[in-house]
Amino acid sequence: MSVATAPARSVPRFHPWRFVRRNPTLVAGAVILILMALLAVFAPLIAGDPIRMQPAQRLRPPSAVNWLGTDSLGRDVFARTVYGARVSLMVGLTVAFLSVGIGLMIGLLAGFFRTADTIVMRFMDGLMAIPAILLAIALVSLTRASVTTVIVAIMIPEIPRVVRLVRSVVLSVREAPYVEAAVAGGAPTWKILLRHIMPSTFPPLIVQATYICASAILIEASLSFLGAGTPPDIPTWGNMVASSRLFLSRAPWTIFAPGLALALVVLAVNLVGDGLRDRLDPRLTRRM
Amino acid sequence: MLAYVIRRLFSTLLVMTMVAVFVFLLLHLSPGDPAAIIAGDNATPEAIDGIRLKLGLSDPLPVQFVRWIGHVLQGDLGVSIFSNEPVLKLVGQRLEPTLSLALTTLVVAVTLAISFGVLAAWKAGTWIDRVLMVISVVGFSVPTFVVGYLLIYLFAIELRWLPVQGYTPMNEGLDGWARNLVLPSMALGLAYIALIARITRASMLDVLSEDYIRTAKAKGVADESMLLKHALKNAGVPIVTIIGIGVALLISGVVITETVFNIPGIGRLVVDAIAKRDYPIIQGVILIFSGVYVLVNLLVDLTYTIIDPRIRY
Repeated sequence: MSVATAPARSVPRFHPWRFVRRNPTLVAGAVILILMALLAVFAPLIAGDPIRMQPAQRLRPPSAVNWLGTDSLGRDVFARTVYGARVSLMVGLTVAFLSVGIGLMIGLLAGFFRTADTIVMRFMDGLMAIPAILLAIALVSLTRASVTTVIVAIMIPEIPRVVRLVRSVVLSVREAPYVEAAVAGGAPTWKILLRHIMPSTFPPLIVQATYICASAILIEASLSFLGAGTPPDIPTWGNMVASSRLFLSRAPWTIFAPGLALALVVLAVNLVGDGLRDRLDPRLTRRM
Repeated sequence: MLAYVIRRLFSTLLVMTMVAVFVFLLLHLSPGDPAAIIAGDNATPEAIDGIRLKLGLSDPLPVQFVRWIGHVLQGDLGVSIFSNEPVLKLVGQRLEPTLSLALTTLVVAVTLAISFGVLAAWKAGTWIDRVLMVISVVGFSVPTFVVGYLLIYLFAIELRWLPVQGYTPMNEGLDGWARNLVLPSMALGLAYIALIARITRASMLDVLSEDYIRTAKAKGVADESMLLKHALKNAGVPIVTIIGIGVALLISGVVITETVFNIPGIGRLVVDAIAKRDYPIIQGVILIFSGVYVLVNLLVDLTYTIIDPRIRY
């Protein structure tokens, strides 16, 4: 069978405007996220020093010099908000990537090897019964606070959710005729798992990854806010709100600038998730 | 049915055992000497030895686990390192504010969320549906503490309708108690409402496309009766499931809401314990909260047969 005789597959032309019109949530979320990511990456070019304290300039309202005002130590709120995007986005992406990767491996093995399944799933059930923020608080309070600790602490409660999803897909696919054919054809187990089963888990996993990203950003901010997260000297949105708590009535901008940035990013990630779900899982389209 | 209940109870017990093992191992699997971690950075060797002795940390792990789980089963969750009070007593003292907040929020949020969900499904595709679903996505994205401070700023500082923060015990008057709970409940409930409303809408839409609903409509059954009697009851199982799963949101949210509104409940107990590295309190509260979560979901599973008599185990 030569390439020349194969009928040319007609690839539909990509119409950007039609794509935008058909996927408004996906595009809106993606645009906000890209803008935020650019802000985070180019923070040193856009904003001033987020750490420099100017006690004489405490709690100044937004002005031409300090676009979003200053906080109780005279630090520029705009600079801190821009730099805060770095930690939030980094934690969100890392947690989503790692927990999906680890959960995918465990889920594939648990779904395929029935003996491992019972033990692994009972362990996962136990982990899932512990509310995520509490588990993270316990993990962080036992180690020295650092961004790495926070990432690991948020990841651990997310992994079981991925494992469950992957396992359910594996269980539904492993009896499919094409997998049986591969087994009968003598394909090695690893090849069956990676080549024939794993690809079916991708569409739901991509959607799940966005929701994990959103939840990781929220949990990181909550941990920092509670004083069990990123060390207070690093500007994060949670830390900013925590250190400004007492100044809500005098300087509301110190709380609402990071708060709204946080809400906007999580909203954008959720919009991307909803948009991807509508595209990748047509069964649910226009339902949820 | 009985066999199902017994099987379900057994698996609940298994999950709780796993939770206990995990909560126990947390302290021992973390890098470093647990006694030194609990003692903090500036502890003297004597203080570290004192803690090791007090918590029995030099025994082999299985011995420690059996002793610990034995105490837990007798209702002994250990002693706070900082105040030397039993953890269970400290939790008991903080129970009323947390229960008031959580139960009020649960009842109000579930009522509102199901109404919103039913309304959105009934008016699917109209502006009412769109507005409700946009609010629901936003409600799910704004962190609890930001909602809390927004509410305080609007309703307590600017409009002065409600107290800024704090808690009034029930026996000092229901009026003050209720006024202090309005804003915290709204902050705590928003994400929960958003979650349940979305699932209610989806589940109702599934049911509303069924033939028997069309038959009911053709027979001229009134809208309210059709929605509530014919549809909602059949859409109930996923809704009740998400109410149970969503309790995790309430539990995590309680910790944050109590910090924002300065409510002296169990959540504040944990947050204060973080700063003091009072590990027995953190451990005890995790165990209690996880237990509540597991029990709620056991109850949810058992209600399936009541909601939908077709389900027989």
